[in-house]
Amino acid sequence: MAKDTPLAIDVRGLNKHFGARHVVRDLALQVREGEIFGFLGPNGSGKTTSIRMICGLLTPDSGAGSCLGLDVMRESREIKRQVGYMTQRFSLWEDLTIAENLDFVARMFGMPDRREAVTRALADLGLEGRRNQLAGTLSGGWKQRLALAACLLHNPRLLLLDEPTAGVDPKARRDFWEEIHRLSAAGITVLVSTHYMDEAERCHRLAYLAYGQMLASGTGDEIIAGQRLSTWAIEGGDAPGLSEALRALDGVEQVASFGTRLHASGQDAARLTASLNAFCAERHLQSEPVAPSLEDAFIHLMRTSTDPDA
Amino acid sequence: MSNFSLSRWLGIVIKEFTQLRRDRLTFGMIVGIPLLQLILFGFAINSDPKHLPTAVVMHDTGPFSRAWVAAMENSDYFRIVGTAASDADATALLARGEVQFVVSFPRDFNRDLVRGLRPQLLVEADATDPTVAGGAISVLNQLGQRVFTPDLPGAQRPPGAAPGRVDLRVHRRYNPESKTAYNIVPGLLGVILTMTMVLMTGLAMTRERERGTFENLLSTPATAFEVMTGKIVPYIVIGLIQVTLVLLAARGIFHVPMRGSVLLLYALVLLFICANLAIGITFSSIARNQLQAMQLTFFFFLPSILLSGFMFPFRGMPEWAQAVGNLLPLTHFLIMVRGVMLKGLGLDMLWSQVGAITAFILAVLAVGIKTFRRTMD
Ligand SMILES: Nc1ncnc2c1ncn2[C@@H]1O[C@H](COP(=O)(O)OP(=O)(O)OP(=O)(O)O)[C@@H](O)[C@H]1O
Ligand SMILES: [Mg+2]
Repeated sequence: MAKDTPLAIDVRGLNKHFGARHVVRDLALQVREGEIFGFLGPNGSGKTTSIRMICGLLTPDSGAGSCLGLDVMRESREIKRQVGYMTQRFSLWEDLTIAENLDFVARMFGMPDRREAVTRALADLGLEGRRNQLAGTLSGGWKQRLALAACLLHNPRLLLLDEPTAGVDPKARRDFWEEIHRLSAAGITVLVSTHYMDEAERCHRLAYLAYGQMLASGTGDEIIAGQRLSTWAIEGGDAPGLSEALRALDGVEQVASFGTRLHASGQDAARLTASLNAFCAERHLQSEPVAPSLEDAFIHLMRTSTDPDA
Repeated sequence: MSNFSLSRWLGIVIKEFTQLRRDRLTFGMIVGIPLLQLILFGFAINSDPKHLPTAVVMHDTGPFSRAWVAAMENSDYFRIVGTAASDADATALLARGEVQFVVSFPRDFNRDLVRGLRPQLLVEADATDPTVAGGAISVLNQLGQRVFTPDLPGAQRPPGAAPGRVDLRVHRRYNPESKTAYNIVPGLLGVILTMTMVLMTGLAMTRERERGTFENLLSTPATAFEVMTGKIVPYIVIGLIQVTLVLLAARGIFHVPMRGSVLLLYALVLLFICANLAIGITFSSIARNQLQAMQLTFFFFLPSILLSGFMFPFRGMPEWAQAVGNLLPLTHFLIMVRGVMLKGLGLDMLWSQVGAITAFILAVLAVGIKTFRRTMD
């Protein structure tokens, strides 16, 4: 993605309080047109709140910026017309049928060829046969697919997807991401929040939030490099007590398991190498230096972030 | 409303009707509540109100007339609010509900009394609510036995307990047979509308918020005005259906007369529905969930039913309760419905009630629009 591509989202200094709690702090976010931008961070870090501010569902306490060239503080109605927002929780009407839901959404967006659009969406979903089934009786994965279809109905230029694949099976998740990449290739910008590492790796660029603050942003590689971690992979990670023993070593800041391997990471490469070499020699364990993964980087970010209010 | 889109608004109306159709419980309520209340309140609720406003028409201002008026006031049952110049004026006061009784002293009342001619004393009672009129009329009868006895010259004093010296003629206006159903059934119209309109609009909006669908609705370009008005249209229709149900029952089962214009009645019903929808919408923007909306509804419903003159005769209530009652739309609606159905009143006699309800709507809407949340803040 070229650096001079125009920005679909460009906000600075967004703040949001709920009562005395400062939930989003000075958020600055630049998302380029046609890009898939991942939003990561622990529960309660402010992802949903940030997305709601961008599409005008919440009024920021302060800040400025534009979304699709429109002012986020003043032109939220116009922004809503061009944005497809998929909420974290299923928010279509469970007591309406699949077809009625799509038809209602199409009406809300004032689509001129409503019937065709709904028929097409039903065909794309493969749900023509179940068009008269109540949305509430769909399984979780199908609800997600219906929700995505509903927010694509009015051909938005920007998609805001809040944890769209939570609770969806792996095959459906893969199909979902293929669809996201197709849309991105067609020029639609996608901002997606997720807790899954494999999904983070599929994004063009990422941002990591904790306690309402954006701690890192950039491509996956940039975020990994920014943590300046050295990482060793140790075989035999399923041995009982091993990860505790590793964590106690001098220079080891964090230990994460990847299948049967353990990743031990720290910022001081020399101390890490010295203590790991001694430890592995003593226990006859195989170890080798590896490139830190995105997950190592996020664990590091999560571990070192502190609540500014605490 | 420059942004108003008819097709979007229609979309909301259609959606609301579709959801309503699938909601068996609500549908049951629409039919069930009127029927249940008709059965529950089909019987009388007794009470003995005092200090009923009374107007007197003095065609003869002699000492006996004045003694009679004084005795009435001393009896606690009557409060003389004024003297009407003519019988027509007095009847208008009665029709507007400003007085409960009109007592009319005919010409030559004093002379005939002294001559022992048993002059007529005409009492007109608003018997719309028969329990109110009943107690007071029996008191009047006793007065007739006692008032004049000590004042008459010795020769004319009757020996012992003579029959009344006055021919007391009581006209029970509007409800001559004193049927409580005449009073209760029109009143039920207002009670049912208050209950269902406030509750259902209150629930309609909080339901969206509770289920999370409000977020979806807000993320579309639909305006607050479209959402609010689109959601209440179905409830206006429901209200009219309920009114028709009760009116049919009133006619078919209780034989309540319909003396005024049906069209006027429906117009007044619409005004009253608006008042209740305004309250419902305001509640739904204050309440965070359906339970709170329900609680707020009962918070409004209880004083409405108790202090409006539906449950207890309005004039039997203490002054503070009447003051509260006067703020409630149901109080004014009851006067209007009973006026149109039982007294055959026209709009010209009901302006003050229409004004009170309109003021109520405007005040509540001002609060409602201020508190309506256009965002999720
Ligand atoms: N309407 C609200 N009123 C009060 N507090 C709120 C509201 N919405 C969110 N919060 C608080 O703001 C913080 C951020 O919430 P948010 O939903 O944005 O987090 P998130 O990153 O989306 O979390 P998750 O991964 O669990 O979805 C949380 O602590 C939450 O309790
Ligand atoms: Mg969230």
